[in-house]
Amino acid sequence: MKVTLDVNGGEHHVEVSPWKRLLDVLREDLRLTGTKEGCGEGECGACTVMLDGEAVNSCLVAVGQCDGRTITTVEGLAKGDVLHAVQRALVACGGAQCGICTPGIAVCAAHVVDRGLVIGRDEAAARAQVRELLAGNICRCTGYQLIVDAVIAAAREVES
Amino acid sequence: MDRPHGPGVGASVPRVDGIAKVTGRARYLDDLDAPNAWHGATVRSKVAHGVLEAIELDPAFDWSRVVVATAEDIPGTNVILLIEDDQPALVKVGAHIMHVDEAVALIAAPTRALAFEALKHVKLKVKALPAVFTVDDAIAGKQLLYKTNNVFKEIRISKGHTTDLELEAAFAKAHQVIEGTYETSPQEQMYIEPQAMMAEWDGARCYIVGSMQCPYYVHKAMKSLLGCAPDDVVITQSVTGGGFGGKEEYPSMLAAHVALLAAKAKRQVKMIYDRDEDIAATTKRHPCRTHHRMAVDADGNIIALDIDVIMDGGAYLTLSPVVLSRGVLHAAGPYKCPVTRVRGRVVATNHPPHGAFRGFGAPQTTFAYERQMEKLAIARKEDPLSLRSRLALRSGDTTATGQTLGFSVGTDDVIAAIAAVAHAPPKRDGVNAAGTPVKRGRGLCFYFHGAGFTGSGEQRLAGRATLAVTTEGTFEVRSSSTDIGQGAITMFSQIAAGALGVDVAHITVVDPSTARVPDSGPTVASRTCMVVGSLVDQGSRVLRGKLEAWAAEHGMAGKSLVEIAKARGAEGELTETIQYQPPPGIEWDDATYTGSAYPVFGWAACLVDVSVDVDTYEVTIDRCVQAVDVGKAINPSIVIGQIDGGTLQALGWAVLENVVYKDGRVANANMTNCIVPTFADAPELETILVECPYPFGPSGAKGVGEIPMDGPAAAVANAVQNALGVPFDSLPISPEVVRKTWRPS
Repeated sequence: MKVTLDVNGGEHHVEVSPWKRLLDVLREDLRLTGTKEGCGEGECGACTVMLDGEAVNSCLVAVGQCDGRTITTVEGLAKGDVLHAVQRALVACGGAQCGICTPGIAVCAAHVVDRGLVIGRDEAAARAQVRELLAGNICRCTGYQLIVDAVIAAAREVES
Repeated sequence: MDRPHGPGVGASVPRVDGIAKVTGRARYLDDLDAPNAWHGATVRSKVAHGVLEAIELDPAFDWSRVVVATAEDIPGTNVILLIEDDQPALVKVGAHIMHVDEAVALIAAPTRALAFEALKHVKLKVKALPAVFTVDDAIAGKQLLYKTNNVFKEIRISKGHTTDLELEAAFAKAHQVIEGTYETSPQEQMYIEPQAMMAEWDGARCYIVGSMQCPYYVHKAMKSLLGCAPDDVVITQSVTGGGFGGKEEYPSMLAAHVALLAAKAKRQVKMIYDRDEDIAATTKRHPCRTHHRMAVDADGNIIALDIDVIMDGGAYLTLSPVVLSRGVLHAAGPYKCPVTRVRGRVVATNHPPHGAFRGFGAPQTTFAYERQMEKLAIARKEDPLSLRSRLALRSGDTTATGQTLGFSVGTDDVIAAIAAVAHAPPKRDGVNAAGTPVKRGRGLCFYFHGAGFTGSGEQRLAGRATLAVTTEGTFEVRSSSTDIGQGAITMFSQIAAGALGVDVAHITVVDPSTARVPDSGPTVASRTCMVVGSLVDQGSRVLRGKLEAWAAEHGMAGKSLVEIAKARGAEGELTETIQYQPPPGIEWDDATYTGSAYPVFGWAACLVDVSVDVDTYEVTIDRCVQAVDVGKAINPSIVIGQIDGGTLQALGWAVLENVVYKDGRVANANMTNCIVPTFADAPELETILVECPYPFGPSGAKGVGEIPMDGPAAAVANAVQNALGVPFDSLPISPEVVRKTWRPS
């Protein structure tokens, strides 16, 4: 099947089985290896990408469902050399350790920040909101604390 | 832009690999360009114990499209060399299968799908034998799996007595005896990058790259397995997506498999485990049962301890003796006691081998002694933190092995740090945010963790690290310590920068490859920063001295070290290699288990508040504070991140993580059922750094990686007992366990 994908602002045409996982198309056909596979069963969130503005586990999405749709991966978060606020905050706050879950978390957190999903809440409520919104992304290194710090810091930065 | 700037030690410099990781540019094994690599898959046993009679290939399958490797293809010794030579890389026909999911044969194919398709066409003919799944059956010895008694290792510690009669005499004087049996469950490391390895041959030389903690462990195992000279196998670490001990020994198994397949396929072969396969086949934390007896006098002093530790080692010896050793050495806890007996055994069963996991035996025995301390506090109606403070070891006191503590004992500081932020305990009865009735409670815990290798281990290892000025005039740190997320390369950069007096941006830590770095010892045992970091520190100081002397001779006195290095480097590379020397006064006797078990200990205290949902029996951790004496935080942000991460692994182990075995097979081998805490499960973590410097660590730093894993599970159990009024002596404290143990009144 011929599939047209808008990935990180560029149009790509691939000739693949419609059943091929979006994750594999990104990694193998487009060589965008920032998106990781941690479990292949939709539990860990390492493969999270945005599909038409919704966070999805790309290991659970068949590419046949993606024809003509818009995808953002971790490679699409920075604009040239300018990192997304979430990426900067993850580095500054120590929110990335081994880094294998980080692309998925960065994609999801960028969505949270860009949509202003934690705006107008007090600190505790904002932190609880971040925890709920990112609950689909597992990190085994950080205990999540410094990632939450980073997302809040990025949200405050974008807010101001 | 990729290289953070900053001063040396003590600053939260952003991690050196941070930008690569947040942009997705960091390349893990599966991200490396290897367009022509074939994919490996493993034929595994479905029975737990038996004799392999034949490996049958389905004649209907087209085997010309794939390659198959078996034990017959191993050029050297069919052993994963570690401590003992009992574990084969592949079970050969006629030999014993010792556990479910043991590797029997290998397949490589141009695609992963074809490799896995081929797996379905291999049939193993196995004559099943009776299997052993409990430590009691192992000790009963009806079915022998290992030598004459199924005991991989037995260790005894005796303090203050020589005979059992003398021990019992001490118990006879007790005003009170606290006694209990404590069980902890196996735990999966659940690094998010599964095991991954790739091999390629160039003539007679094999190049192996992959996700690992210990390149030289793999190197040692491969020399023997491939029967080759040290230079004919090169091991290189790729960016590694978490380890936690799980990538200490098992990568040698994958390395063996990809090396054999690459030889057979005559091309690059990579092997990346499926999550299910990774959970089912690779090592986990040793399940453990500890029986603990504590004699106390009328004043509440501990007068005797009698502790019996039994661990399930699984089917092969692997690292079990050293895991047991650390468990036993921590079993008496950081408390004063004149008469102590510890007996530890790790036994063979037909479970997949248990192995290294953060804490390495200590979390299991810490759970037992801190449950005991809680019961003593309850029995004496004494404040749990005051009781611990009253009985704790301090400088001048001796441990169970007779080690007299000197410097860097953070007891008072960590206890004071917890007391300062404890506030009032939560009210017993209440409702949670969802309006459900809950019972609340508070638990405390105090513990220590020996930093670095046990006993004379570091002397035997004789780890080395090299500091270099390259011909380009840049500074390089060369060591085999791997960065597995814990921040090793950033901390080494800071230590070197601090000692050289240059900006962190001038330091490069080279990627560990056995072709380029000396053997610094494995990346384990909370030793990387403390032991190898100290070598980096010393090497940097010597190098600086040499550069300054050279500068004086060449009219460059007063110039910056960066300028001097540029000029000196142009004349050729300058290196300084430092080998580990033990601190003075470290004496250890392995035969009697007496002396200095560790050069220094980390100290920690933990406070946990829980609420138990009286309808669902779910335990929620409302608050977790951990104060940890780290000696010196080289990079406070990284150290806090380490402690936070270890803390959550401990909290997960306490209430929701578990590996369930059924007839020797992991019954929950997937992330849906073998769960770990998510963002939503994790409480806000309050981590307090305490710094009681270790004079022989870099700037005073000592081990930090493992200690946060040791204590929080006991603090949770203590808090649940405080909430519900009944003891919880096994892990995990799942809703099912709460329901069985407690009935609402």
